[in-house]
Amino acid sequence: MVRIYIDQKPYDVKPGKNLLETCLTLGLDLPYFCWHPAMGSVGACRQCAVKLFKDENDKTGRLAMACMEGVRDNMYLSVNDTAAHDFRSQNIEWLMSNHPHDCAVCDEGGSCHLQDMTVMTGHAYRRFRYPKRTYQNQYLGPFLHHEMNRCIQCYRCVRFYKDYAGGKDLDVFAAHNHVYFGREKDGVLENEFSGNLAEVCPTGVFTDKTLREHYTRKWDMTMAPSICQHCSLGCNIIAGERYGALRQITNRFNGEVNGYFICDRGRYGYEFVNDPDRVRQPFVRAENEGNNLFESLNAIFTEGPMIGIGSPRASLEANFALRRLVGEANFYQGIPEDEARLLDKVLAIRKNGNVYSPSLKETEYADVVLVLGEDPTNSAPRLALALRQAVRTKPLEDMAPSNIPLWHDAAVRELIQDDKGALFMAYPVHTKLDELASGTLHAAPEDIARFGFAIAHYIDGNEALPESMEPQALESARRMADLLQKAKRPLIVSGTSLLNEAIIQAAYRIGRALEKDDRKAGLCLVIPECNSAGLAMMQAPSLRQAMKAAETGGFTTAIILENDLYRRGERSGVDRFLNAFKNIMVLDHIQNDTTSKATILLPAATFAEGEGTLVNNELRAQRFFQVFMPKNEHIRESWRWLDEFRQFREGTMPDELRELDNLLEELVASMPQFKGVEAAAPLSDFRINGQRIPREPHRFSGRTAMLANVAVSEPKPPEDTDSPLSFTMEGYRGMPPAPLTPFYWSPGWNSGQSVHKYQSEAGGALRGGDPGVRLSAEALHFANGLSTHIPPAFERQENEMTLVPLPHIFGSDELSVHSPSVESRSPRPYIALNGLDAARLQVAEGDVLQMQIGGQVYDLPVIRKDEIPQGLAGLPYNLPALSGIAWPAKGVLTKAML
Amino acid sequence: MFSLLRSIGLIFLHMFRKRETIQYPEEKVVLHPRWRGRIVLTRDPDGGERCVGCYLCAAACPVDCISLQATEDENGRRYPAFFRINFSRCIFCGYCEEACPTYAIQLTPDFEMGEYNRQNLVYEKEDLLIDSQGKYPGYNYYKVAGLAAGVKGKGEGANEEPPVDIRSLIP
Repeated sequence: MVRIYIDQKPYDVKPGKNLLETCLTLGLDLPYFCWHPAMGSVGACRQCAVKLFKDENDKTGRLAMACMEGVRDNMYLSVNDTAAHDFRSQNIEWLMSNHPHDCAVCDEGGSCHLQDMTVMTGHAYRRFRYPKRTYQNQYLGPFLHHEMNRCIQCYRCVRFYKDYAGGKDLDVFAAHNHVYFGREKDGVLENEFSGNLAEVCPTGVFTDKTLREHYTRKWDMTMAPSICQHCSLGCNIIAGERYGALRQITNRFNGEVNGYFICDRGRYGYEFVNDPDRVRQPFVRAENEGNNLFESLNAIFTEGPMIGIGSPRASLEANFALRRLVGEANFYQGIPEDEARLLDKVLAIRKNGNVYSPSLKETEYADVVLVLGEDPTNSAPRLALALRQAVRTKPLEDMAPSNIPLWHDAAVRELIQDDKGALFMAYPVHTKLDELASGTLHAAPEDIARFGFAIAHYIDGNEALPESMEPQALESARRMADLLQKAKRPLIVSGTSLLNEAIIQAAYRIGRALEKDDRKAGLCLVIPECNSAGLAMMQAPSLRQAMKAAETGGFTTAIILENDLYRRGERSGVDRFLNAFKNIMVLDHIQNDTTSKATILLPAATFAEGEGTLVNNELRAQRFFQVFMPKNEHIRESWRWLDEFRQFREGTMPDELRELDNLLEELVASMPQFKGVEAAAPLSDFRINGQRIPREPHRFSGRTAMLANVAVSEPKPPEDTDSPLSFTMEGYRGMPPAPLTPFYWSPGWNSGQSVHKYQSEAGGALRGGDPGVRLSAEALHFANGLSTHIPPAFERQENEMTLVPLPHIFGSDELSVHSPSVESRSPRPYIALNGLDAARLQVAEGDVLQMQIGGQVYDLPVIRKDEIPQGLAGLPYNLPALSGIAWPAKGVLTKAML
Repeated sequence: MFSLLRSIGLIFLHMFRKRETIQYPEEKVVLHPRWRGRIVLTRDPDGGERCVGCYLCAAACPVDCISLQATEDENGRRYPAFFRINFSRCIFCGYCEEACPTYAIQLTPDFEMGEYNRQNLVYEKEDLLIDSQGKYPGYNYYKVAGLAAGVKGKGEGANEEPPVDIRSLIP
């Protein structure tokens, strides 16, 4: 701690920080633009001027930019000094001289950092009477709208897009007062994190284009803390609603998980909630006609044993409610056998504890990274952004003697230039992270696993060495082993994307070999879906076991929870399974092939319409909260439906239904492995001073008019029985606990930049700790241990191609692809082949190949990827047009006859 | 006794004063132009809707009786998809007019809005939009705002420089 004096008041502050972040941590309002807690300072905007004094007797002082001054002991400065204050207000006036008068039609208005800072400095009236500079805008794709007139040249966009996220197609052009931030020409912004520009930009140059379609000001939205549903990382988000439709997703800070940024799939994938084709009404197929819903349901529940198929994209509560309804023995995971086995392995590794499970934040501090059979950019995008920071860890450590503070971004980047830490990418095809990699291996999944086992061997001689490996591969494995051993915080990234058990085994063996007394290697495992881990922790058998049981068990009813089985296995197999039942009850929110088979279809709430808990890839349980009450009373959380069914089954009549008890407590009681999950967020009876936490900002408008067209007498606002949040603007106005923060706002800070008021220090953890509870796999039991079976090398098959699943950030996720913006970025189906294989099949790039898998035939255009080993073909994973493939798959390719 | 007679006398004299009472509704009240009555949405000099759907009127409204949804035409010009005022809640404070950056929403000297059914006091955009510029003639927001929304191109507005040629280095 060092002592500094701000306006003659002494403060004890943390050394190593700059003055700006220190002032913000102390709660002083100091305006700034170019500084960003995740990206450091460059001193470009000249906004955060303060006055520095030599010592306590110095009365003259000098102006300095707070973001460029480190904190020193016995420092005297003034924030409120007249000269400093005037400087800041004149600086804003200059910045505003070219800023257009279009706040009324600007999407940033109301959550605009420039507005906030202008008001903060007191620059209320413009004196500039001369012509304003204008720019032409660019088309930047389906995610972002560009309005360059509003730019104040803070350079945050290029610093984020190029320096932080590694984008190539956004830059600064032109010179002097004509600088322009955009692309070289119109076109789609390619980077997967481009959406963050809408939040990074302090004004309205880059704004959310999907929000524009149904524009709502921040103050008019009903918001709730939520968790992203589109991959296994569990990024924290804020979801906002108006007039019954979900309007916007913004980042919710969680220091341990996503920090300040989320990927574009998370930001723009929300529109499935507003899909006009959603399941909105209960539907009972014709033969049951005449009965009301309750009667037809009751007939089913009394008829005979039921089989329950859970879902990795449904909440813990929903899966547990289903398990309780059908009984433990009849509950199945609803994922393919191979995937279930892989997830079992992942959990077994977590239980063994030889390796460390790093949080997403911690992966940014790894000094050597080995990625084994995973393409994070597409399977867990936010992780790819973290790895982009991880390659800078080593150079940053090496420059410690130079005494440049880490927040001094421009100087730091100048010093380390293109210097990178070690990152090795092993994946069948080129990935976006290859450009950062010090080494790459493009090989078949088996060979990637063998490569991993070889690394483990070179670290620990007791580990077996795969037989007959090529000397070149051995050499590179030996070098990697060397690097990993020398690393202080080695990280291995692997996962289930290639659906190969041996890869995960190999990753674990490496981690285990690296285990020393004083350190454990980090092993970050990517898994398929948002609640895959939570479902796997219930240790139910897979879908294949359910199919077997259905053949023999004499079940009359299947209850399928938020799961499209046609994405989980071969079409004919799923058909056979579903045909075995008299009643097929499906609870889901989107229409798919499984819902079209349902005899009873019930509308389930999406993440925006209900509460739930998800467990992410590092076993962090996080709660998401209902954003709005659907107008349609039939849309209800799956767990609510299922728990009522359980009561019906016990003979309760609809008018006798009991209020739901705490499902999570019962979950923990019946499955101790979930111990701690109930602490992920305060319970529903939590109040502050007897008050709920409002989902709506205090400036929320239109309460007495929004429903006046239906009836002029305002209805009572909906009540929330399941959470401490309220659906109104009334309630506790202070700082809510971190897991319950529905939006970021602080007096004078309307934009998302106000998050620093919610942090214990600017850029640090949220007050009261970052939300989420890490579950332990200790209580789990596994039938099979972790074997060390080394697979044989991949061999090309004569007649058929072995297929590798290639996930795509836009397209492979089941829900986000229902968003028009995400759908427009998703690839058309294709097959990726080595050039030699293509030549053998006599096809060129773009030609159509006919691929036969089992009984199904697909026509696919060819894309040449010469890095793919011969005999292997890449197929985009689970695109809507390519579902119904039982992985791992092999296919027979023939040239299509046109 | 004297004060009683004095009062009677004074009241008698009032018979010869000018009458304040008017025979409403046969005779109409004279209202000032700035009188705060029925709210209207006006048009710009080119006949386009002035409202750009910025939500400031709704935010300023102390009784929250304004509700709207902004949308865009093919040129990017913002306008309200719906605009609703619940006059059964409105207190005619005029904050919405003060907040309006485009002179779209204006209060007019008209109070004759009585209804037997409260539901009829809910006015939609069709009821609010008039074919006039109201109290502020000549103002067109899109001509002074920087962006291009079909009214003018970039740099063609009042007090604007032509768009920057980003491939030129000339100051």
